Amino acid sequence: MATKSKNTTKSAKKARKPKLAVWKFASCDGCQLSLLDCEDELLTVTEFVEIANFVEASRAIAKGPYDISIVEGSITTPHDAERIHQVRRQSKLLITIGACATAGGIQALRNFKDVQQFTSLVYANPKYIETLNKSTPIADHVFVDFELRGCPINKYQLLEVLNALLNGRKPAIPTYAVCVECKRRFFNCVTVTQGAVCLGPVTQAGCQALCPSYNRGCFGCYGPKETPNTNSLSAHWKSLGKSDDEIVHLFRNFNAYAEAFRKESEAHEK
Amino acid sequence: MPMQRRLEKRAKPMKSKTLKVDYLARVEGEGGIQVKIHGNQIKEVRFSIFEPPRFFEAFLRGRPYSDAPDITARICGICPVAYQMSSVHAMERALGVQVNGPIRSLRRLLYCGEWIESHVLHAFLLHAPDFLGYEDAIRMAKDHASVVQIALKLKKIGNEIVTLIGGREIHPINVRVGGFYRVPSKKEISSLVDSLEWARDAAIQAVKFCSKLPFPDFERDYEFVALRHEHEYPMNEGRLVSNKGLNIDIPEYEDHFLEEHVSHSTALHSILKERGAYFVGPLARFNLNFDKLTPTAKELAKSAGIAKGTNNPFKSIIVRAIETLYACEEALKLCKSYEEPERPFVPVQPRGGIGYGCTEAPRGILYHRYRLDDRGMILDAKIVPPTSQNQKTIEQDLREFIPPRIKLPHDKLLWQCEQAVRNYDPCISCSAHLVTLEFENDQLQKRKV
Repeated sequence: MATKSKNTTKSAKKARKPKLAVWKFASCDGCQLSLLDCEDELLTVTEFVEIANFVEASRAIAKGPYDISIVEGSITTPHDAERIHQVRRQSKLLITIGACATAGGIQALRNFKDVQQFTSLVYANPKYIETLNKSTPIADHVFVDFELRGCPINKYQLLEVLNALLNGRKPAIPTYAVCVECKRRFFNCVTVTQGAVCLGPVTQAGCQALCPSYNRGCFGCYGPKETPNTNSLSAHWKSLGKSDDEIVHLFRNFNAYAEAFRKESEAHEK
Repeated sequence: MPMQRRLEKRAKPMKSKTLKVDYLARVEGEGGIQVKIHGNQIKEVRFSIFEPPRFFEAFLRGRPYSDAPDITARICGICPVAYQMSSVHAMERALGVQVNGPIRSLRRLLYCGEWIESHVLHAFLLHAPDFLGYEDAIRMAKDHASVVQIALKLKKIGNEIVTLIGGREIHPINVRVGGFYRVPSKKEISSLVDSLEWARDAAIQAVKFCSKLPFPDFERDYEFVALRHEHEYPMNEGRLVSNKGLNIDIPEYEDHFLEEHVSHSTALHSILKERGAYFVGPLARFNLNFDKLTPTAKELAKSAGIAKGTNNPFKSIIVRAIETLYACEEALKLCKSYEEPERPFVPVQPRGGIGYGCTEAPRGILYHRYRLDDRGMILDAKIVPPTSQNQKTIEQDLREFIPPRIKLPHDKLLWQCEQAVRNYDPCISCSAHLVTLEFENDQLQKRKV
């Protein structure tokens, strides 16, 4: 058994390694850092994959095309709206990671306001700043092969996606609610036992119900789950005495511009 | 026009060239270097930041005070704890809350975790390859496998501390104004002791390794700015001091520091009103707080020849290793003396006011200021990250670093310039979200009214 696995390792090494590229758009760098945070797995990953373009980690850049491109960040400038097409053209598979790339990120809060006003609030000379009115997810611009959610992503989910795609299978990433993970871990429901506001019922799993395990309600890092009933959740919050303003804020975080959360927050806006 | 340009070119007796790094590698975020050289004279140096702006200060307005730690953490995936710490301190000052005892210790322990994780990432995975001539740490690992493996393990221990207290290593979820949502039990905290003991020994080796690296001969007369606390090496609290006479309380920050908006950067350049550029980060902390280090850290600094302080920014890699050692020892001390607090947080009542917070992020001082209305909603926010404070110093460094090396082959000179910028561990994602100038604020509010 041991020799067998050794042999497969050897043959995998001999074959041309798939080329991996990591690209950054508007973001905090946290999701691509997840790759460097795979302390135990990083060196093993590089045995099987050539990290051909990863500016945060290396000054050596190999030319495309790339087998897999990992894209972090949202599109917020005219230049980036062009650049993402160049990335797509060089990539066999393109996967987006994190709330910025999959939903526009926290910076998509601008989408609900007048961005010109934002610029003059932050910068003394707004004319130096070139920015689009909206922060948009990558899939609004190019075809995306797989979207990995989270703010930040779960690094084990990232490894699973890479592993699956390199082996030609579908990544095993659940799209059900945080509540499912919460029940599986036998946590007490923070809404039922503490009356806490929790986005768990409408948020996609992936964090192992982290916030409930720390006595706080979920605040939606992984964005809307498949077919979320946001309306029913808002109605429940109203019964807990939450105002429309508060409901708007609860849906407007890192995934504010994801369709289900956006529509629900707009429904409560005066 | 082309004719004219050709004539101009012919008229010039000396050669002009431009050194350009379009996309600076091994830093967090998007930035580049541009140096224009005419003959042997440097005409222009730009450390440009083209990271797209994300407008944090603007969209914090109108949100509750309690949102600040979770939202500002998203400014930076490398040092989210720093943003959470500066924001909770600022909010607590605004709301008149004091946090002491075990909750304060837990915050310090959390910060130790981030210092370890961030310093080891930068020193070993991003900066050390420059000193040894490798394109990256993965290539370096082929010849220095054990160094890279030990660094990865050390980094992991830093992340384990952040994960235990904060919930996860990137964008922790457990920090709130007043304390934490849940505090770890004594047993959970003691589970860190064994790995921290290993980490302390590994950090000692790390300091020795860094001390032996080849350092370019380069020193400048800097103004170092860092926090200084009466009893401890600074992390969360202290007065702001410098080696040139600055000594202020945090609310006075904006009386002494100013931000300029320049065209080649989406980050504001921060300067001291009276004296211009200044230097923040590990080197500044170390030079101003050497007396507060542990005996082992002091001893190793002595062996490295920097115990009296150093003005060589390249030696910041040794200082990062020394601070990693300090953080391991401090974390051990905090773990051993930890007692679970009665309540995980001090209750907070919303009220109007202004709060200031400044803590030592791994890359240097991080200033937050918030104004709240009576319901605790944010009226305005100002955030000054470490990298915008170092930008001017980085440009000045390049201006002096290049002339004696101008005859070097283009590639080599470029690489050395990159290395010089990486001395500061620039966190570009952080810096590119900028700051409100006071008068702009008032004007806008008037317009709104």
